[in-house]
Amino acid sequence: MCDHIMKALILVGGYGTRLRPLTLSVPKPLVEFCNKPILLHQVEALVKAGVNHVILAVSYMSDLLEREMRAQEHRLGIKISLSHEKEPLGTAGPLALARELLTDNTDPFFVLNSDVICDFPFEDMLKFHKHHGKEGTIVVTKVEEPSKYGVVVYEAESGCIHRFVEKPQVFVSNKINAGMYIFSPSMLDRIQLRPTSIEKEIFPNMAQEGHLYAMELQGFWMDIGQPKDFLTGMCMYLQSVRQHSPEKLRTGPGFLGNVLVDPTAQIGENCTIGPNVTLGAGVVLEDGVRIKRCTVLKGARVRSHSWLESCIVGWSSSVGQWVRMENVTVLGEDVIVHDELYLNGANVLPHKSITDSVPEPRIIM
Amino acid sequence: NFSSCGVILDNLTVLSDFAGTRFRPLSFEVPKPLFPVAGVPMLQHHIEACAKVPNMKEILLIGFYQPNEELNRFLANVQQDFKISVRYLQEYAALGTGGGIYHFRDQILSGGPEAFFIMNADVCSEFPLSEMLDFQKKHGDTHSFVILGTTANRKQSMNYGCIVENQQSNEVLHYVEKPSTFVSDIINCGIYLFTPEIFRHIGAVFQKNQQDMLLYHYEGEEQTNGWQRVEVIRLEQDIFTSLAGQGKLFVYKTDRFWSQIKSAGSAIYASRLYLNQYHKTHPERLARNEEGGVKIIGNVYIHPTANIDPSAVLGPNVSIGTGVTIGAGVRVRESIILHGATLQDHSCVLNSIVGWDSTIGRWARVEGTPSDPNPNDPYAKIDSETLFTDGKLTPSITILGCNVNIPSEVIILNSIVLPHKDLNRSFKNQIIL
Repeated sequence: MCDHIMKALILVGGYGTRLRPLTLSVPKPLVEFCNKPILLHQVEALVKAGVNHVILAVSYMSDLLEREMRAQEHRLGIKISLSHEKEPLGTAGPLALARELLTDNTDPFFVLNSDVICDFPFEDMLKFHKHHGKEGTIVVTKVEEPSKYGVVVYEAESGCIHRFVEKPQVFVSNKINAGMYIFSPSMLDRIQLRPTSIEKEIFPNMAQEGHLYAMELQGFWMDIGQPKDFLTGMCMYLQSVRQHSPEKLRTGPGFLGNVLVDPTAQIGENCTIGPNVTLGAGVVLEDGVRIKRCTVLKGARVRSHSWLESCIVGWSSSVGQWVRMENVTVLGEDVIVHDELYLNGANVLPHKSITDSVPEPRIIM
Repeated sequence: NFSSCGVILDNLTVLSDFAGTRFRPLSFEVPKPLFPVAGVPMLQHHIEACAKVPNMKEILLIGFYQPNEELNRFLANVQQDFKISVRYLQEYAALGTGGGIYHFRDQILSGGPEAFFIMNADVCSEFPLSEMLDFQKKHGDTHSFVILGTTANRKQSMNYGCIVENQQSNEVLHYVEKPSTFVSDIINCGIYLFTPEIFRHIGAVFQKNQQDMLLYHYEGEEQTNGWQRVEVIRLEQDIFTSLAGQGKLFVYKTDRFWSQIKSAGSAIYASRLYLNQYHKTHPERLARNEEGGVKIIGNVYIHPTANIDPSAVLGPNVSIGTGVTIGAGVRVRESIILHGATLQDHSCVLNSIVGWDSTIGRWARVEGTPSDPNPNDPYAKIDSETLFTDGKLTPSITILGCNVNIPSEVIILNSIVLPHKDLNRSFKNQIIL
């Protein structure tokens, strides 16, 4: 595979405001999802499929992101470039900006939305794309309520896309754009260097000319760009780990369902953990903690007898004793929750010390 | 040779309050005056204070309850503990605070007391009874009557009987019950020292009522109702109002603790006041931190028959009743746990009353909102709670009635659960029938 360069462009975009308060401390691509930075889930899968040059389209610069990418270049033995937009260019503009990087050969390249988590089908995409030989392939995934999304109408047999319908009122299709594409370089002629939506301004024309094909995704798919979906995506991902590499999950007394625990995490006595829990590096759960459907990020501590459901506990945060947290409570970095409090759907900004209960969902500045 | 007698009244002026409706769902199981506050029945605090007064001959309880086993057991216990006669006198009807004592005046006067105390059952107080006697003597007039008064803030004073005094003599110049505008910040504590002379004044009102009945009697009204109405006399509105300014009624002001115990929520506050008093009166009732034992924070009462895991943390202001079981890693704060209740491992109970034989599952959280008086206002009293504000349940303490089952891992917040309920999910701000 290494006799030529295969490339991928990841649309990282802006500040990741939907995933605040986590993204106030760490650029979204580096937020750990199931103990691995979101971006690395994609990059590692790309590398596995033979990609050896990853271009990150970013609209803001972050030293932390750059440093981390240099480290990953070494670790993965690939090239990682940052393509910086001076103004936000939408979902298509970044392709024009990175045009020179993408057109130094005639091989197809991948384009991904950075918030997507699934069993990445990059090798299948490449095969499928080469098979139909047209300009573009988009991955589609099945949804239960198509009326909430833009759906893709295509020929079942070949995958040839007829049209896109935004929020259909009558059923036309239950497949939506999954935010993963593979394009031939000639497709770049369609895009100019200005803010452009690939979904609304580019794809319809490609479909009309018979140049766009749909490949249906097998297995789970989630856009984890906001906390509620981040947790749902975690449940799906851990179930997929259960199927493919169950040895990565913790089992035994006190563990229920799918639980992913970093080897450096410490767990006290009489805890009940799971289903669907991820504990990061250096996390400490003291005695008698009950936790389910939660992500606890690196260095956080949950003190004795607390009860957590559907929460994200930010890096180095500390949750006191007999605390109850639920309903997508998200603690930013280094938050302290005092003993015996109740947090219901609280969204807590970094470095806050919480001394009063939050009985109804709200943002704690 | 001075002798006195204590009379504790549980007859409130509103008929429905006899059943302690504001004390539901707890008054379903036990008469409100027997509800445990700081580990002992509410009335025991009154009886203990009476028993400490020198030459106290007898204590009478006047109420509207059918005597039952629980009441009889209580009477037997307190007579044994305090070595004093304690009798229960049952009213045939709700007679009001004045009507009740007037009806039983022969019983009250039977031992020939020179003075007697009247106290309402639904107050919690340090009961400075000896001080009231000294105050009466100091005034030199053996026929003066004394009301215990305390200072309230301007706003809350209007929920109570308000007293205007002569600042030199402490004579009551004016008395008004629950005025609609501010009259005085000295309020009536519902604790009185009377001489037998008081019956002359109540008798006069009784006579007047009777004459009024005859004057305004009209055809068709049943005689029994009429008689009841004649006998219903309220000490506050009917007696104090007219005695004020006559040189007979005085107010003894106390700055010691005092609170009404109207609603169930105020029982937790009253418990705190009594537990604090135990440092002076009953240090043996306060749990202590011992090596390897349960962790105690602040004032905690634990009945010796309770079974508590050493990893639990209790207090401040916690009362644990007989036969209660508390599991590993349980946290209880500002709460009353009634007899036979079980708190399973890791559960957390805050600002709540857990009813008799109730069970709280593992990691469950039972939490209320305290209704304490403003701690920054020394004269603030507990607000008489309204159950609803603007159609919504006012956040208050959580009360689990008798034999309620709370499953594991749920939260019960600011709710009232009626007896014998098995809940299957979380509840917030609800009354669960």
